[in-house]
Amino acid sequence: MLEGTTAEIKPREALRINPAKTCQPIGAMYAALGIHGCMPHSHGSQGCCAYHRSTLTRHFKEPAIATTSSFTEGASVFGGLANMTQALSNIFTIYNPDIVAVHTTCLSEVIGDDIPMMIRKATEDGTIPAGKYVIHANTPSFVGSHVTGFANMTTAMVRYLAEKRVHRPFQLNLIPGFVDPADIRELKRIVAEMGIHAVVFPDTSGVLDLPQDGHYRMFPRGGATIEDIKSSGESTCTIALGHFTSHPAATELDEKCGVGCAFLELPIGMTETDRFIHALRNYGGVDVPATIGEERGRLLDAMSDMHQYFHKKRVAIAGDPDHVIALTQFLADLDMKPAYVITGSPGNHFEHRVRDILKDQAPEAVVKQNSDLFALHQWIKNAPVDLIIGNTHCKYIARAENIPFVRFGFPVLDRMGHRYFPCVGYMGALRLMEKMNDAMLDHKDRECADEYFELIQ
Amino acid sequence: MNEPTNLVVAPDPNAVREEMLKIYPPKTRKKRAKQILSNDPETPPEIAANTRTIPGIISQRGCTYAGCRGVVMGPIYDLLQITHGPVGCGYYAWMTRRNLARPKPGEVNYMQYCMNTDMQEDQIIFGGEKKLRQAIKEAYEIFHPKAIAILATCPVGLIGDDIHTVARQMKEELGINVMAFSCEGYKGVSQSAGHHIANNGVFKNIIGLDDTADQAEFNMNILGEYNIGGDAWEIDALLSKCGIHLTSTLSGDVSYEQVKKSHTVQLNGVMCHRSINYIADMMEKKFGIPWIKVNFIGAEATKKTLRKIAKFLESKKLADRVEEVILHEMIALKPVQDEIRARCQGKTAALFVGGSRAHHYQDLFRDIGMETVSAGYEFAHRDDYEGRRVLPTIKIDADSRNIEELHVEPDPGRFKPSRTPEQMAALQAGGFTFRDYDGMMAEMKKQTLIIDDISHHEIEKLIELYKPDIIGSGIKDKFVIEKMGVPCKQLHSYDYSGPYAAFTGAANFYREVDRMVNTKIWKFITPIWEREPQLTASLVHPSRVNGSRKDGEAKSWRRPAAVAAADGPE
Repeated sequence: MLEGTTAEIKPREALRINPAKTCQPIGAMYAALGIHGCMPHSHGSQGCCAYHRSTLTRHFKEPAIATTSSFTEGASVFGGLANMTQALSNIFTIYNPDIVAVHTTCLSEVIGDDIPMMIRKATEDGTIPAGKYVIHANTPSFVGSHVTGFANMTTAMVRYLAEKRVHRPFQLNLIPGFVDPADIRELKRIVAEMGIHAVVFPDTSGVLDLPQDGHYRMFPRGGATIEDIKSSGESTCTIALGHFTSHPAATELDEKCGVGCAFLELPIGMTETDRFIHALRNYGGVDVPATIGEERGRLLDAMSDMHQYFHKKRVAIAGDPDHVIALTQFLADLDMKPAYVITGSPGNHFEHRVRDILKDQAPEAVVKQNSDLFALHQWIKNAPVDLIIGNTHCKYIARAENIPFVRFGFPVLDRMGHRYFPCVGYMGALRLMEKMNDAMLDHKDRECADEYFELIQ
Repeated sequence: MNEPTNLVVAPDPNAVREEMLKIYPPKTRKKRAKQILSNDPETPPEIAANTRTIPGIISQRGCTYAGCRGVVMGPIYDLLQITHGPVGCGYYAWMTRRNLARPKPGEVNYMQYCMNTDMQEDQIIFGGEKKLRQAIKEAYEIFHPKAIAILATCPVGLIGDDIHTVARQMKEELGINVMAFSCEGYKGVSQSAGHHIANNGVFKNIIGLDDTADQAEFNMNILGEYNIGGDAWEIDALLSKCGIHLTSTLSGDVSYEQVKKSHTVQLNGVMCHRSINYIADMMEKKFGIPWIKVNFIGAEATKKTLRKIAKFLESKKLADRVEEVILHEMIALKPVQDEIRARCQGKTAALFVGGSRAHHYQDLFRDIGMETVSAGYEFAHRDDYEGRRVLPTIKIDADSRNIEELHVEPDPGRFKPSRTPEQMAALQAGGFTFRDYDGMMAEMKKQTLIIDDISHHEIEKLIELYKPDIIGSGIKDKFVIEKMGVPCKQLHSYDYSGPYAAFTGAANFYREVDRMVNTKIWKFITPIWEREPQLTASLVHPSRVNGSRKDGEAKSWRRPAAVAAADGPE
């Protein structure tokens, strides 16, 4: 397993090995699926669209629908206008979505295709039927990562759709970030439990976690409606979860419609969920119901019950920046010792934020943005950890080094839980704790000598 | 729809075709009409395969890079491969094809690694050659591989990076083989262009580098076999039981060293005609190695293939051994086949996948009495549908012209056919065929529906009108199909199962199909309360009906009335 990886670290500037990120368009495609009745459209070569749909499908085990401009060499030389026009004509005739959300690829970015001009032309010549929408985000694959693409498409929703027509004093916006449908479902439950009316976008619950009822619907009931997103400009404030995925859209909403925003981390773990609930309380003008207090109490009870198994355990974390920042905070809540905290996505904010969280507890931790899993593996070879937390790709390192492993983030290609159970909120934190605890104790039970194999833990 | 059906009542394919085409705008309808045809095995109609995908149509197809890097090059496990481009393409091709490999001790399996130049805006503007050169140096310093391949993604061609010159310079500098593949995603109409580019590159840069033949009486290659779920291992095991040695399988669990000497064999057997016929042809021209079409998918197909190989190798001993092996394998397989056929007979399948599997897997279904009512490839060409006899009539269009056709001549020192022209002529006179692929259509029934590059809309219509018991397709369609209550077998990845090749693999496939078409799962779709009327009188407690409690009057699943009463009013 990973036989070519050695403990000796040689200088590396140009070669990316085993990335902990992928490219912008897949994030844009995922965000677009969070609009009700939306067809994500990939403007470029059809392979991009095929790769993104395959990856999303493998993660969600659900249809991930999107169309493509299917560039060939001709389009690459002469520009993609004809392809885009034909694509829009086919999409509205055959699939009839309410809205098409176009994202670019490295191909259309390199040749400099002007998407707003194409949309304008298609509107003028009637290719886009009256009452239908086409929005776009530029998502060059050679800038940022899939996280950037998600943020760009979410921002495009605001840019194209949000309006300020009336003031809605009892409405908040919630931008949940690049999380799974189960997480969005849980966030909506918490918001409803608090008695708050919120516009949630993008919202992939009810789109990528569909029940089996014998019927296929290309545009299922879920997703934020166009009207929802329009009215986000009329809310009293926006609660944006995650610096990298949600804050840009919230900022845009503030600039465009004057909706103030609360910038929070993803509510993963105790501290960040507390902050989330507190923000809902303050911005929503509501009391925290006893039921939420009880959920919190149960989490805290479990934290104290199982504290001995977490205390000072060395952990390696790899994943998307917003997820990793929030998770690092939770591990700190549990008195664990994050040893390596990396993201593949670029962004200095990540390092500042994680170092700040760990400044007292684990100041020696290696914290890196724009890193990769090969580097992580080499560090682990030099000084091992008790637990690895990351996406499915990390399982190769876990196997090579015989280290307990918890799947977390995107993509998870080989287990099912993330499709149904959240990792956000107090209940999500309980689930994460259970997984970490099980992974470490299962490992101990498998590896320890007979005399240390214990009935009760 | 999963009740056993003994009679296959297929709808009129022309009516289905019209229904599928109805919704399309005129331009799209005109093009799709040439790719949806009612079959005639005697005189296969001309199909507009290997033509451009229509923008805005939800297609299964991928790109040239996927065909080159993902399919053909990927499985050469100890060839270090660097994708030159932004991070995504390399990321998505990273271990997603399930071509298993079992490196020998001391070898590194680079399939577990995703290496790329993670191209940034700077390189898009100022060029990426410098970064590529640096990346190759770093890869060499860290891993010391035997050889390095560079694979291009879309921006590389557009910004004009000369990866072939970089490869040549690095080859000189490092003293190892470094080769480049211009497999930019936009180069062709599908993955198929990438197969061709990979075939050319492997032929130019690897095959023929080592003339040491493996010592074996009967020695061949299997071409176009990718070891998904371990298929190549089943084929290898079966052939070695017969006494036939495989020098290399292109490309499944194969090392760089094996590919280097793959020109030293007596015969090439071609599994996936679409993805590898180029190498088979070029090896025949340059080294004189004849090629035949083989198929190890399905028991009957496997028997036919083994006998054909034995016939070519013209050894009584081998022919006898092949019959013994077939007999022995069938003793184990027959009971499984019979048991499962009893449950599957008469059910129908539809297959939309790849460049050979939509054809090959029909044999496996046929083994258990299931008929394929509709099929089509994702990226095949006319010859894969209509047979190689149409090759001279295929028009070279602008997209195909992009792909280099290598000019190959017999190698003066190494053109050594294992059979003399006289032997070949004698074999042919006896009915033996070389370079033989009759395509999918010849083996499908009249009036089955052939759909090339099927679209999402057409799959929906197909399910509605044909109601097949199972569909073989890929990951992007799988859950669309299953949401409609029809099981879908991924025939690219095998749904993380397999192997399905040879006799042992066939048993796995029969069991898998049996599981899928005879499962209870789909019967749960409609809950009891949507099937049956509400029986209020027998199920609801009288207190709920009348508003007052009448103890002991009605039988109910609720607590006994006396106990409920003792607990106080509800």
